[in-house]
Amino acid sequence: MADRTPLVEVDRADAEPRQADNLPARREAQRDLLPAIEPERQVDDWGRSERVERVFDETVVEFFYRYWFRAEVEGVENVPAEGGALLASNHSGALPPDATMIAKAIKEEHSAPRPLHITVEHFFKGYPLFSMLVPKIGCVAAHPANVQRLLFDERQLVLVFPEGRKGTEKPYHERYRLRRFGRGGFVAAAIRARAKLVPVCVVGAEEAAPIFAHVKPLQKLTGLLYFPLTPTFPWMGPLGMLGYLPAKFKIRFLAPIDTDRLGPDAEADRSLVQTISHEVRARIQENLHDMVSTRKSVWFG
Amino acid sequence: MNTPERSPARRVLITGLSHYWGGRLAQALESFPEIETIIGVDTREPTRELERTEFVKVGNQHSLIQRIVKAAEIDTVIDTRLVVDSIASSRAAAHENNVIGTLNILAACTGAESPVRRFIFKSSAHWYGCEQDDPAFFTEQMRRKHAPQTPIERDIVEAEAVVTDFAEKRIDATVTVLRFANVLGPSVETSHVRMFNLPVVPMILGFDPRYQFVHEDDVVHALEHAALFDLPGIYNVAADGVLALSEVISLLGKRPLPVLPPWGTGLAAGPLRRLGFRVPDEMLNQMRFGRGVDNRRFKAAGFSYRYTSREAVLRLGEHLRLKPVLAGKAEPYRYEREVEEFLRWSPHVRREAANPRIDDAGLFDPSPPPGEGEVDVAEAPPQPVEETPSEEESDLDAPAPEPMPRAETDVPDPGLLEQEEVIALLAGLDVEALGEVEQMERDGQSREAVLEAIAGARGYLRG
Repeated sequence: MADRTPLVEVDRADAEPRQADNLPARREAQRDLLPAIEPERQVDDWGRSERVERVFDETVVEFFYRYWFRAEVEGVENVPAEGGALLASNHSGALPPDATMIAKAIKEEHSAPRPLHITVEHFFKGYPLFSMLVPKIGCVAAHPANVQRLLFDERQLVLVFPEGRKGTEKPYHERYRLRRFGRGGFVAAAIRARAKLVPVCVVGAEEAAPIFAHVKPLQKLTGLLYFPLTPTFPWMGPLGMLGYLPAKFKIRFLAPIDTDRLGPDAEADRSLVQTISHEVRARIQENLHDMVSTRKSVWFG
Repeated sequence: MNTPERSPARRVLITGLSHYWGGRLAQALESFPEIETIIGVDTREPTRELERTEFVKVGNQHSLIQRIVKAAEIDTVIDTRLVVDSIASSRAAAHENNVIGTLNILAACTGAESPVRRFIFKSSAHWYGCEQDDPAFFTEQMRRKHAPQTPIERDIVEAEAVVTDFAEKRIDATVTVLRFANVLGPSVETSHVRMFNLPVVPMILGFDPRYQFVHEDDVVHALEHAALFDLPGIYNVAADGVLALSEVISLLGKRPLPVLPPWGTGLAAGPLRRLGFRVPDEMLNQMRFGRGVDNRRFKAAGFSYRYTSREAVLRLGEHLRLKPVLAGKAEPYRYEREVEEFLRWSPHVRREAANPRIDDAGLFDPSPPPGEGEVDVAEAPPQPVEETPSEEESDLDAPAPEPMPRAETDVPDPGLLEQEEVIALLAGLDVEALGEVEQMERDGQSREAVLEAIAGARGYLRG
């Protein structure tokens, strides 16, 4: 992969140094006022349960990561070992397996593993049972305020899918063609939090949970986000959503973009935000093409 | 983090005195000598024993309250009346109290010559509502996206709009709005406390909402903090830590019972009501989506919480287990106007002997709150002393209301009284303040004992 020069320096070489006592400094002081961690707690303030997460991780995720998808990871050192970082990945699959695989990859391969907070659409909060389990395994609603608190105040790793729902809805014949990256909200979030932005490419998820068609009337009837036809859904009932095909997973973490060097008012700079957003999208797309072109077999890699 | 400067209220009016929060707050404020006058208004008689707070039986009529405010030169009004639980009163009564009542109280504080400089409004985090697309932590700058669905939430939003309007018009006054999370504690009665007191705690099937609480003592301390410091703006008041409802239930040592169906929850709440447990409308949404607020702004304003959410739940659990054992022990307080008036006004009551009282919740805290120690000693006491020799009236003498006719014959010699008081005060002063007091004393009565004591105190400070 041909490494591009980080556009950060090209675009904002003239960015003025930040003054010590303006708003960001005050925001930094707010960090000290975060609630202290109570070790006796079972569930953290975001609703994440270490116990549930561990059980889920040691059984289902372990099985899929190691034996089903046989995930292969490149460039995991691009995920910073400390400080807030926003991971942006391509997204696919009826019930996307990519998020948990990225989280597992960091846990397994990184030298200083950290929990990854996965942003998901707030629709999950409306589904019974789902709304209970999803936060317990480390997902949070994709609200800008949530991302800001996690990235800036708590200095955590956050995973976003800039394609959003449009990525998961995409039918099989359009695989590995990235959709629009929203309005670049994820870039603005990273700049605001002065966090590193790490593009991530996932290959294999498209084949693991292919969508052949959508059934609009059934979607309306069930109130689901979409009603896809996959090899196992709806034929095998709701569990069919989990019926992944054993495609070989490849995850590649790309070189991070340091938004801290952009200056304090970069967030308001629409053209800059859009430029970075397009840049991230182009880099992911380029790497996806590269990964797909060198892959000899969908199932064996 | 720079904490705001201490600027205690001097003459306070508390609305809703006979309700839980008004009473608790009045009791707490009585222990601050800087606050010289505390007047409480309500429509019924107080339910808590008060030492120097004066009670005036008056409703929300603004003309009457305005007269009290003007006559007593009230500088701080603390409005604790807001009803935030829809089963506490009927819908119409709640609206009358929350919206019309707030309008009236604020009307009593308006006018060019109004002495009111600070208005503190006890609001609720219900202002934010509970919706699916909420952020995990509401900050004070956020607005609610959806119009309120329940009457109580609508009332709270309306009442706060009235307060905001007042703040915009009276820019010379400090308006503080405190939005409290769900309150827990041994003596407060809320729908959530009632729910946690059930043998099994009902939940909505398939939902485990996030809950943030605040302990009742922290609520009183927060109102107190707003009375002692200048805090313009809106502040969330909620303890550290957001718990999942399942975690709350396990901390209480209870069992969850997911009886409420995820669809048609409101309908299913009907039979539960027949079983004796009423689920208020505004609680249903909270049991589904939960709510968390960012409490850092109030912390940055110098407030420190005594309890985390988890500790508040644990305290409640202890209390709920102990309650059947203690039932019926304490005799309820009854307000007797004649007795209260005797205690406040009779010249035969020896006021200087009044001990610092520790109220039932152990709220009285003789040490100053953290982060304000020096200011307290250096600045607060000299001012009352200033008036001591000339007006023959001490503001430090707690139970003395201001229009007291001291010059009557059966009053013990005021000169002697003052002298002792002045000497007692000297211990807390620094060299500079001592000089001031000495100057005042020389200008005034020049009592020998006082001057001697000042010299002694100065020697002590030097050596």
